[in-house]
Amino acid sequence: MTLRATTSQTVGPFFGIGLERLNCAELAGPGVAGERVTIEGRVLDADGVGVPDAVIELWQANSHGKYAHPEDPQDKPVDAGFQGYGRIPTDEDGKFRFTTIKPGAVPGPDGKLQAPHIAVSVFMRGLLRRLVTRIYFPDEPGNAEDFALGLVEPGRRGTLVARLAPGLDGVLKWDVIMQGPGETVFFDC
Amino acid sequence: MNYPPGYRRAVPGTQPEYLHPTYVSSRKRAPAQPLIYLPHTLSEITGPVFAPETGNVKACDLTRQHSGEPLGERIIVSGRVLDEDGKPVRKTLVEVWQANAAGRYRHKVDQHQAPLDPNFSGHGYAMTDGEGHYRFITVRPGEYPWGNHHNAWRPAHVHFSLFGPAFATRLVTQMYFPGDPLLPFDPIYNCTADESARQRLISAFDWESTIPGHALGYKFDIILNGRDATPMEK
Ligand SMILES: [Fe+2]
Repeated sequence: MTLRATTSQTVGPFFGIGLERLNCAELAGPGVAGERVTIEGRVLDADGVGVPDAVIELWQANSHGKYAHPEDPQDKPVDAGFQGYGRIPTDEDGKFRFTTIKPGAVPGPDGKLQAPHIAVSVFMRGLLRRLVTRIYFPDEPGNAEDFALGLVEPGRRGTLVARLAPGLDGVLKWDVIMQGPGETVFFDC
Repeated sequence: MNYPPGYRRAVPGTQPEYLHPTYVSSRKRAPAQPLIYLPHTLSEITGPVFAPETGNVKACDLTRQHSGEPLGERIIVSGRVLDEDGKPVRKTLVEVWQANAAGRYRHKVDQHQAPLDPNFSGHGYAMTDGEGHYRFITVRPGEYPWGNHHNAWRPAHVHFSLFGPAFATRLVTQMYFPGDPLLPFDPIYNCTADESARQRLISAFDWESTIPGHALGYKFDIILNGRDATPMEK
């Protein structure tokens, strides 16, 4: 190794002007295969106050469990209309909402399939470096065997699993709690 | 099946801790629990790929996005995006945003009493070329006050956002200018323990990219996480 990775700095409060061009809360166009899901929630600080100047980014496989990336070696179908990337800034109350398709399972390091998940990056004013977390899906049998969930103490795993929203068909709830009770599990990635 | 190797983790001290109490807004937004080490899987060694956009020169020339020229000192900000082994990161997206020459962002939340410039939006993007080069033409951003503490001022800076080849290589950072007297007092610049890591956020004045009679050049190379040597199993 000859060089060292550049130091991260906060996105600050004014990232909107630089990042909004790629804002995308509808990850899957009409022709994309897969089960439609809407996920909504809030980014909350240590006092439970919504964070109005945060942005989350999403990265996920298509419904077959294939990433739109040249280094995915799996022999699985590519979905031409599906990139698998989303970028959603929070609103004044810290809320975000996006629609996508449920990703298929992708392989994990132990050779077993990982449970379906979305990789999430979190940026905001006050956050000096990106935080990484994941969204898993409720009632998914693979969750019990998932290697990444297995790295987390059982009492905190629920922070990574979206919840069914009562009375709202096809809508899942998932919050990002930065600090304190119910603090979201963040990964060193 | 063999998967490509994962990416290296930061050398301790070269990246900021999440909680940096002198940066007041980190206090309620930094996780209190330790991060959980996640071995890189296919989900982390892949990442969004953006189609190279050709011909949009206005995206990387922030001085030509309006009918007139922005006020301020024209500068060229250029450099290379490399990995930790010095290999160029090709065809990767670089996004930038900044204040205008008066230190004001074209953003509804920015209430600084300094004028907006009708000829300056303050954002752009570029794709690196086959050798990892990028280049922006812009104006030197002004310093601006902020509410972190009494008489707090941000040093002049340009915000950068990069993707690199994978989810694991995503980076958001800020570029500073050499000799800025505000740097020693800025809690954001000083959030990183390692002094040489901090200094690598400061661009270098550069004769080579300076255009005679037109604009001073500043060089800023950006290094993204390098590849692990050992491939992942399975
Ligand atoms: Fe800024």
